[in-house]
Amino acid sequence: MELLLAITAGSLYAAGLYLLLRPRLAQLIIGLGLLTNGTNILIFVSGGLTRAIPPVLPEGQPSLEPPFADPVPQSLILTAIVIGFGVLAFALLLAHHVHRTSGSDDVGGAR
Amino acid sequence: MAPILILPIAIPMATAAVLLLIRNTRIQRWLALVGAFCLLASAIAIALTVRADGIQVLQAASWAAPFGITFVADRLSAVLLVAVGTVGVATTAYAFAGIDPRRESAGYHPVLMVLLMGVSGAFLTGDLFNLYVWFEVMLVASFVLMALYRNRMQVRAAFTYVTLNLIASAILLTALGLLYGKTGTLNMADLSRMWSTGELPPLHLSMAALFFTAFAIKAALFPWFSWLPASYHAPPAAISAIFAGLLTKVGVYSMVRVFTLLFQNIHPAGHTFILALSLATMVVGVTCALTQRDFRRVLSFNLVGHIGFTTMGLGLATPLGLAGSLLYVLHHILAITNLYLVAGLFLRMRRTSEFDRLGSLFRTHPFAALLALIPLFALAGVPPLSGAIAKIALVRAAFDSGAYWAGAIALVVGLLSLLSVARLWDEGFWKSAPPDADKASPIWQQLVPIGGLTALTLTFTLAAGPLFELTSSIAADLLRPDAYVHAVLQGG
Repeated sequence: MELLLAITAGSLYAAGLYLLLRPRLAQLIIGLGLLTNGTNILIFVSGGLTRAIPPVLPEGQPSLEPPFADPVPQSLILTAIVIGFGVLAFALLLAHHVHRTSGSDDVGGAR
Repeated sequence: MAPILILPIAIPMATAAVLLLIRNTRIQRWLALVGAFCLLASAIAIALTVRADGIQVLQAASWAAPFGITFVADRLSAVLLVAVGTVGVATTAYAFAGIDPRRESAGYHPVLMVLLMGVSGAFLTGDLFNLYVWFEVMLVASFVLMALYRNRMQVRAAFTYVTLNLIASAILLTALGLLYGKTGTLNMADLSRMWSTGELPPLHLSMAALFFTAFAIKAALFPWFSWLPASYHAPPAAISAIFAGLLTKVGVYSMVRVFTLLFQNIHPAGHTFILALSLATMVVGVTCALTQRDFRRVLSFNLVGHIGFTTMGLGLATPLGLAGSLLYVLHHILAITNLYLVAGLFLRMRRTSEFDRLGSLFRTHPFAALLALIPLFALAGVPPLSGAIAKIALVRAAFDSGAYWAGAIALVVGLLSLLSVARLWDEGFWKSAPPDADKASPIWQQLVPIGGLTALTLTFTLAAGPLFELTSSIAADLLRPDAYVHAVLQGG
């Protein structure tokens, strides 16, 4: 599973970076989206993958025995998703303005 | 526990919230100014507390470090917070000189406060993920400030700025993901303790490279500086001023923080790499400045060039070098903010900052020209003004540590930046203006903030001795982070 997710993250990074180098604004924005999602998966994998062991203290037990899922990466990803979503929405709006003011969605030609 | 540390974040946030409720822009200006003064006062209070009682720590919601989010104010953070307050007061006061009313009512003042909140948060936090969050707060605020202006050039500039900074954020987040995966903590003091035991986690060099790249993009180091000159000349003067004064410095601060707490004992080649990039930044920035024919573009490239001086000390990794760089950061915040405000004089008088339309300000308004002369020559590093003192310390540090080439390059760059500043003086103030140039005058609402910052630059020059002692002791603290680590993990 780790291997699969690592490959997914790597592919998203590669696709995102490729799209960032393309000449159209739409591609650039999709590239940014893929890049942030690749990062989120990377955080998820690097926190360690576990299956169905939530970090919840059963009643009457003084401490949690490992292994249990680490909640921190999940909260980090949640924060990153929200921020990434907001910023992406903003970038879309800005691209719309570039398109409206210059009549082109070409990255270089909008000067 | 030091609840005072929340004030530099809470004050701008509360001010922004109140400003959103008020539609009257005249009242908004006054409230924003009051908010900025309160921010400055809280920063000074923190600085005095830190001076009296040492490092102040606040564990958010009493979650003990390293489990919760920690806010830390050591002397470096405290001094930079005072600079944030000063720049905040100067730019909010400058708003009285008039902003395009449509844009002002579209939320200029509240967004500016959010920007100040983001910068203060970044200087205060002791947690790397929290640093990322403050970066985003700051960036989104700066994106909005830039995009509030909707002519073609400005939207275009905003897009370049947004893209490059989003890539930097993604790289920073990648570094954080790897770091958390390998160490299980993102608290900087906890990480520093881990690093000082000598057992480095796997992939630590990749992490160092990712952190460096992310912060270098934000700080506009060579070869990642292209977004800055492409965007900083576009927005109105007050916005360029606050961006130039604070945003790149947050990148420099984060780099200094992370590379002294965490990656202090990286391979010496790492330090040489930082030094080489700093020098390349200086040379490229200042050389490009010579080719430009627009007051604000020349300033943008000079800003890039001088960022090299602020990271040079980190590359030298000696106490004197770091002290020189920190002194340079403080001097540069004052001088460059002021000069973008001076560019605002031209925008008001001639409606442009292109050299062809400028000139003769020294003859028509000698007082305003004199106010601008001091930050100009401080920026160039003309003795005895503030820039010279910091440059001498850096060159001396380079020679002391045997990096003669670095010292020599810094000296040459100093000469080139003097040349480009002399051009600014000649084109803007000395030569005769074209006969058909508009004849508006600078107004006192512009001259008061400019004069205030100029007075601070002069004070900086007079108080250079004590200030240099201060940055020297900050540099000594940075190079032995034990006190910082102890304060965060034990105290609070």
